[in-house]
Amino acid sequence: MARMKFLCDAERCIECNGCVTACKQENEVPWGVNRRRVVTINDGIVGAEKSISVACMHCSDAPCMAVCPVDCFYRTEEGVVLHDKDLCIGCGYCFYACPFGAPQFPQAGAFGLRGKMDKCTFCAGGPEKDLSKEEFAKYGSNRLAQGKLPACAEMCSTKALLGGDGDVIADIYRQRVLKRGKGSEVWGWGTAYGKPDRKAAPAGAKS
Amino acid sequence: MTAARKLILAGVALLVAFGLGACGEREQVIVYKQGKYQGKPDTRPWENDPAASLYTTSKWDKGDKTGWETAVRTRNLSQNEYTRAE
Repeated sequence: MARMKFLCDAERCIECNGCVTACKQENEVPWGVNRRRVVTINDGIVGAEKSISVACMHCSDAPCMAVCPVDCFYRTEEGVVLHDKDLCIGCGYCFYACPFGAPQFPQAGAFGLRGKMDKCTFCAGGPEKDLSKEEFAKYGSNRLAQGKLPACAEMCSTKALLGGDGDVIADIYRQRVLKRGKGSEVWGWGTAYGKPDRKAAPAGAKS
Repeated sequence: MTAARKLILAGVALLVAFGLGACGEREQVIVYKQGKYQGKPDTRPWENDPAASLYTTSKWDKGDKTGWETAVRTRNLSQNEYTRAE
């Protein structure tokens, strides 16, 4: 298995916020914390409006991991970036370091007091025992431990948001773009998605 | 080749090496030992019994990494509606 990744197809995203709702519902995310959100540019301009769903991108070289003063982050074998809330001190360094604004901080009291950081876990839970009440309370649902993919991607009605093994979703996206005949002309396409005749990785293949 | 040319070539080589130094990829080998990832305790998803959860629809044997990967891959591929429609 390669690394778990999200991929959002801006041509398909209709800003329905279904992914945001699915995430909120699946993980029982508290009010004020948005693990996932939909960003729209050129809002209202006909033909130029584009939306994209953004959450933690589970970076291969995550800046949040690099700046955390208490080293609370870790990366799993599937490439999911997780953190230990028992170690987190809620300092907010990760929020400044993250280019996607993924780390969220629940209000923990008066005067804007911050709680421990909360972010998208790729529906992979956290350090607590898998599928336990404790894990759910701190990190939300652990769908990977159930052999499932993140709720946001699986719930996406237009399949704009793809989530899972990076190689597989890249192949799905590549096939989609080639079928619709729009998008492969962009700079860097060949580097990112290879030649058009590249076959999908066989089951169980390592990357 | 003159000494000056050699010096220029060496300088260019150094510059290229320095300039592209940040373009490499960091080592991605994740070591899981004694139930921990980089010192933080966690279990791996395939170490769970699928029957442990009420809502598990995928099937694999506890501890069977390949089985879990196949289950995830099946769900992954179902995101491609082109293959679903065919």
